[in-house]
Amino acid sequence: MEILRSAMAGTLESSDAQVIVEPGNGRIELSLQSSVMNQYGRQIKATVLETLERLDVSSVRITVVDKGALDCTLKARVECAVYRSCGASAANIPWGGAVR
Amino acid sequence: MIPRPRPERFRLRRTMMFMNAQKPGLIKDAYIYGCDSIMLDLEDAVAENQKDAARFSLYHALKTIDYGDTEVIVRINGLDTPHWQEDIRVCVAGGADGIRIAKCESAQDVKTVEAAVEAAEEEFGVEKGRTLLMAALESPKGILNAYEICSASERLFGVAISGGDFRKCMQTSFQPDGVDMLAARGQMLLAARAAGVQCFDTVFTDLDNEEGFRAEVLQNKAMGFDGKSLINPKQIRLVHQVFAPTRKEVLQAEKIVRAYQEQSAAGVGVFTVDGKMIDIAFIPGAERTLRLAKACGMYEGDLVK
Repeated sequence: MEILRSAMAGTLESSDAQVIVEPGNGRIELSLQSSVMNQYGRQIKATVLETLERLDVSSVRITVVDKGALDCTLKARVECAVYRSCGASAANIPWGGAVR
Repeated sequence: MIPRPRPERFRLRRTMMFMNAQKPGLIKDAYIYGCDSIMLDLEDAVAENQKDAARFSLYHALKTIDYGDTEVIVRINGLDTPHWQEDIRVCVAGGADGIRIAKCESAQDVKTVEAAVEAAEEEFGVEKGRTLLMAALESPKGILNAYEICSASERLFGVAISGGDFRKCMQTSFQPDGVDMLAARGQMLLAARAAGVQCFDTVFTDLDNEEGFRAEVLQNKAMGFDGKSLINPKQIRLVHQVFAPTRKEVLQAEKIVRAYQEQSAAGVGVFTVDGKMIDIAFIPGAERTLRLAKACGMYEGDLVK
């Protein structure tokens, strides 16, 4: 998917994460802040990158502010932000396909 | 990925707790409270501009979190919104046990949802007929059409009244003795029993009014409801206590079921237990008491599953 415009999903509440995606320069630029960076920073990064790969996103500036979200929440927020950036978040999501 | 067993149409549903599907902090450990069902809400609890985000959260929660024996129902947006079709797709794809139809007013509403559920089961390769339905009656029209709604689908396990919207339509407000909704509760119960489905009462929203809550739950039990919708975990315990059968009821039910099994094997249809006439009409009630007792840890025998 191509990031067409900037979009955001999620909140800064505990157990959530806020994800912002913006059009990129041909690569993935990830900026990550987390309240549990020392223990889980690497895992969060891996989850975000895997999710982008599944969505076939290769050019994006993505900012993640994590407040102790579970993996499933992180995935949900990244996916929602990407679909929103393409104006495609409201219907016909490939549940169980690219979103899984 | 947590595979959930095929949902049971008729199971114990004393407590059904609402949770905002958009709040990860809530839904990640919803099952620890011990309610019989949780109701993940895509409707009123989710702001209009977060409907899409709530579906992504819901999908991954359904696929990732082990809810154990807790039933997982999703309340979808009304049929007059642009959201309900995608809501149904995500529920079926995620493997929710059931879908609650908001603002249901006719058998046609149930059939419309049923058709979309069936299409989604086909699309996502889910066993046909797996996804259950329940209907929320929120208007006078819904209450008047309760019987046709209750008998509209083989997937439908029950109906619930939704007090907030209903009281508004009726130009009334909450009354401590329940007189504001007495006729509606009664009509819905009649329809549900006539159609052979379950019946659930509305939420009690004043969390600080413990006495009022207790009075309402006692009335629910006396009227014959199967259970109640809840908004807070601290309401669960009281409902389970009130809906539990008494020691005496359990012993009586056990005697009746046992005597029935012996007598019917011997070819006898009507007989007495402790001086009271018993025939086949008493058996479903007695078995229900034993199932309830089993869920409450008061009965460990094998007369019921």
